[in-house]
Amino acid sequence: MNAHSKHLPSSDATDNLRIQVKELRILRKQTVIVDRISFDVKAGEVLGLIGPNGAGKSTVLAAMAGIDTPNGGSILVDNQNITMLSASERAQRLGWIEQLGTVHWPLSVERLIMLGRIPHLPPWSRPTDIDRAAVEDAIVRADCVGIRYRQVPSLSGGERARVLLARALAAEPTILFADEPVSSLDLSHQLQTMQLLHDYASKPCAVVVVMHDLSLAARYCDRLALMHEGKLIAIGNPATVLSDKNIGDVYGVSVVTGCNSVPWVVPEHLL
Amino acid sequence: MSDRYYLPVLTVLVAILSLFSLCLGEQWSTLYNALTLPFTDPDSVSAVITREIRLPRTLIAVIAGMSLGVSGAAMQGLLQNPLASPGLVGSASGAALGAVLALYFFAGVWHPQSVPLAGMLGALMTTGIVYFLAGRDATVSTLILAGVAINALAAAGLSLLLNLAPSPFAVRELVLWTLGDISDRSMQDVWMMLPCTLTGWLLLLGTGRSLDALTLGERTAKSMGINMHRLSWRVFIAVSFCVGAAVATTGMIGFIGLVVPHLLRPFAHYQPSRLLPLAAMGGAIMLLSADICVRLVAMYTSVPVPLKVGVLTALVGAPFFLVLILKSRRNYWQ
Repeated sequence: MNAHSKHLPSSDATDNLRIQVKELRILRKQTVIVDRISFDVKAGEVLGLIGPNGAGKSTVLAAMAGIDTPNGGSILVDNQNITMLSASERAQRLGWIEQLGTVHWPLSVERLIMLGRIPHLPPWSRPTDIDRAAVEDAIVRADCVGIRYRQVPSLSGGERARVLLARALAAEPTILFADEPVSSLDLSHQLQTMQLLHDYASKPCAVVVVMHDLSLAARYCDRLALMHEGKLIAIGNPATVLSDKNIGDVYGVSVVTGCNSVPWVVPEHLL
Repeated sequence: MSDRYYLPVLTVLVAILSLFSLCLGEQWSTLYNALTLPFTDPDSVSAVITREIRLPRTLIAVIAGMSLGVSGAAMQGLLQNPLASPGLVGSASGAALGAVLALYFFAGVWHPQSVPLAGMLGALMTTGIVYFLAGRDATVSTLILAGVAINALAAAGLSLLLNLAPSPFAVRELVLWTLGDISDRSMQDVWMMLPCTLTGWLLLLGTGRSLDALTLGERTAKSMGINMHRLSWRVFIAVSFCVGAAVATTGMIGFIGLVVPHLLRPFAHYQPSRLLPLAAMGGAIMLLSADICVRLVAMYTSVPVPLKVGVLTALVGAPFFLVLILKSRRNYWQ
């Protein structure tokens, strides 16, 4: 009991951390893309990665999802180094939604979403009722019910994005990484998708989402991480991160911000 | 028809065609005789013909056809590209070059397995080169260009060997062999191709799910726990074993690996894992049918020289494939 309580403060402090990024450094052909950045993602939160094009957001996301190996630093998933996880453990726990994801064969929507269960299927087994239930749940959540029997090439860009989102949800990851999931969506599906990610985080899982729409980011993300030229400029609650100074420094524009029923950020002019 | 019946139906078709192939010849035998005489009266002429001539021919058609079909499906799945057949990406011509080299220099000197093994090595080398030239996720045009280059290289190697062949007789032998032919084979040829073929098939077993994941692109597949490096090499080595053994036994029989997966893909719901077994059966059906046609032509028409089965598959396969591309390009290249 005593021994336990002695360790309690330290373990308590890290217990609800889903991902810890420490001194992450990534190079591409000698160019520094991500420059020693550190941050945490807590269980139950949506962290928004924002910043101008080329800031290194997607690169960080891919490294956190275990797809690319960083050149320096470490990534801890539930206090375990990501390099210590087996490929299947990683695939079961971490979900990643590619920016402009491709589908190479004209599969039906339903079959494509079923592919999301691959990390959970033991070799030589067929999908069970559990797998089918997860797929069904993902189809409903991502609003793919009406298109489930269509072939992927017949879908619009936004419909395809929703299907790929459903594919990732079907895997039921505890940490979900989404690279610009709402860029190609219409207004209602933007809200729907962000609400979905928000609800998903409260499971409690953790969601890290790269996005460009600062208004949506301010509204649906619990915290924002602002990146610029590979460095982490600010991290914290949306109101503090989206200060006029931060946005001016990073994006080079002045913005009009406000909050009526929902927060909004609108670019005013170039600085 | 429910999709679960596709594979059994194709398998039954293979069986029917095989039985037909056993009975077919100048001396037609009844099905009953073909199946029972080799056991009841093993020394009768009819039994000997069935056992020594028709049986190996049929088995080779089935085994080589299955190998070519399944290899095409696996390559197309791996490269996420409907044009990536063993013929186009150079496996077949590499196998031919390797097998011809082995025949040319080492025939009879080495173990009988040296010909299929050399074919396999040739296929592995050319496929590997195309793979590195084009890269994974290659566009259709890069892949075709790399394939054209490597096919030209292999053809140049074959031409060199023909050029240096010691006698016109040897030249004729080599040329005929590159046409693709399964006549005059013995059970020894079947045993010779079997080990490499089985190794290839075993390696391909269990790649289906990874190939399914690759539908979502290489990086998403990686995020789903697929080791791309291991998968690529596994498929390349497996295809090289299968195609190497098939080509070393039958010569170059083209278009099966291209047309069969393409034709059967809708029946597999476009899912690579479901396509693999269907394509194997489809390959066997195509090669068996082609061989039966060639034999019927020889028996009932006045074509002076027997047609080679590889010529027939190319004659049928190439235009057919053009039509398929025109019909379905909307699905693949938007």
